[in-house]
Amino acid sequence: MQTRELKEMLTTTVLPPLLGVAFLIGLWGLLAQTSEALPGPLKTWHSAVELFSDPFYRHGPNDQGIGWNILNSLQRVATGFGLAALIGIPLGFMIGRFRFLDKMTSPLISLLKPVSPLAWLPIGLLVFKAANPAAIWVIFISSIWPMIINTAMGVRQLPQDYMNVAKVLKLSEWKIFTHILFPATLPYMLTGVRLAIGTAWLVIVAAEMLTGGVGIGFWVWDEWNNLNVEHIIIAIFVVGIVGLLLEQLLVWLAKRFSY
Amino acid sequence: MKRYVQVENARMVFNTRQGEFVALRDIELNIERGEFVSLIGHSGCGKSTLLNLIAGLLLPSSGNLFCAGREIAGPGPDRAVVFQNHSLLPWMTCFENIHLGVERVFGATEDKAKLRQRTLDALALVHLSHAEKKYPHEISGGMKQRVGIARALAMQPKVLLMDEPFGALDALTRAHLQDELMKIVAETRSTVVMVTHDVDEAVLLSDRIVMMTNGPAATIGEILDVDLPRPRNRLALANDAHYHQLRGAVLEFLYQKHAHKEAA
Repeated sequence: MQTRELKEMLTTTVLPPLLGVAFLIGLWGLLAQTSEALPGPLKTWHSAVELFSDPFYRHGPNDQGIGWNILNSLQRVATGFGLAALIGIPLGFMIGRFRFLDKMTSPLISLLKPVSPLAWLPIGLLVFKAANPAAIWVIFISSIWPMIINTAMGVRQLPQDYMNVAKVLKLSEWKIFTHILFPATLPYMLTGVRLAIGTAWLVIVAAEMLTGGVGIGFWVWDEWNNLNVEHIIIAIFVVGIVGLLLEQLLVWLAKRFSY
Repeated sequence: MKRYVQVENARMVFNTRQGEFVALRDIELNIERGEFVSLIGHSGCGKSTLLNLIAGLLLPSSGNLFCAGREIAGPGPDRAVVFQNHSLLPWMTCFENIHLGVERVFGATEDKAKLRQRTLDALALVHLSHAEKKYPHEISGGMKQRVGIARALAMQPKVLLMDEPFGALDALTRAHLQDELMKIVAETRSTVVMVTHDVDEAVLLSDRIVMMTNGPAATIGEILDVDLPRPRNRLALANDAHYHQLRGAVLEFLYQKHAHKEAA
């Protein structure tokens, strides 16, 4: 690469985001100067180094390393999210394919979709009589809607041309599904999955604050009770970074399957 | 071998919100084996509807259609369609798009190597062997349409149905593909029904031109025999008096006898 190109790349793609981060840290540093309670960037950094030097320790059920907390949260999200995909995606296909089912479910979906997922937590606790499945249930209910809605939309927007091709070739129902319906719907489906993982990760922190146990959400609450503000700030960054990585993973996945 | 495709007193009525809409009435048409027939008319004259009836994508409200002595009761690979906007499946390569049809038609009787060979032959026929592994979005509009034609021909249909196959292409690409189509049809002796709104295209390619009156309730107005000798050459025809006479006849039908109401 030539030096001019390198320079241009630095100024257009590398510099702006770095500047943004620097601005945030600067602002935070200034604010920390004026407030006793808010720890500054440097203090938080030292705390983070210490925290991440031993992420996988276990001192009893309520004192575990940050790594375990993140992994536990991710596991809950994966379970709830996986169950939602298992049910939501086939349901989306059916709703998109059959008008009757579409009309039958559309008032239910419109009614239930805007409900805050946390409102479902008591129901989960009541039914499962345990905190962990209740948290998973909340993730399930929060991530199922985008999957149903986007999959159904993808099926509905299937171009008539493709179906005409299927008709002229007289493809079997199975071949229509595997060769036409599924690939045509896949980008929409992945959009739904991406939206769902975003909400699921948002919701898990709040759900864990309420249910307790090992997890990043409860960890935040625990550190609040310990008045360890550095750790809360670290948790905010951790939640943000993990969410960003999940999103990027799905963007990458969607790119691989777009045509 | 007469009357390979037969349309008997076909009538097509659509139920719309404003009530019944008669698209086609009293359609009588016989097409011989190996014949190239064009359907021409103003937009909304039901020429695509007639093609879809032969394809079996639509069923007539009354009347009967036959292909090779059998009633047309639905779509099938024996009446392959080349769609206006190519309709290739974007998630499959050119090879896979063609192979899908080949597998459907010959999969039960032939082994994998033979199916593969048929697909490659079809690609070679439209001079696209080099694009075998390309996806539709990686090739030009003209190439996509050629893959569409190859897909249809690879199924060895009894009739090749084309719905304005070159309508979306630029003039130069269109001319090039028309020449190629003429060669392919001569080679494969296909029976072709083509919908077009291009007078030059109709005269250049067809053995007969079916001219349709304006809708609603459109029907066949006149049928013109194009008795130009084959092989035809567009440059030679440009100075051919008989070509211009035939062209004039189609133009007269379209713009004098049945001028479009909005245009008039």
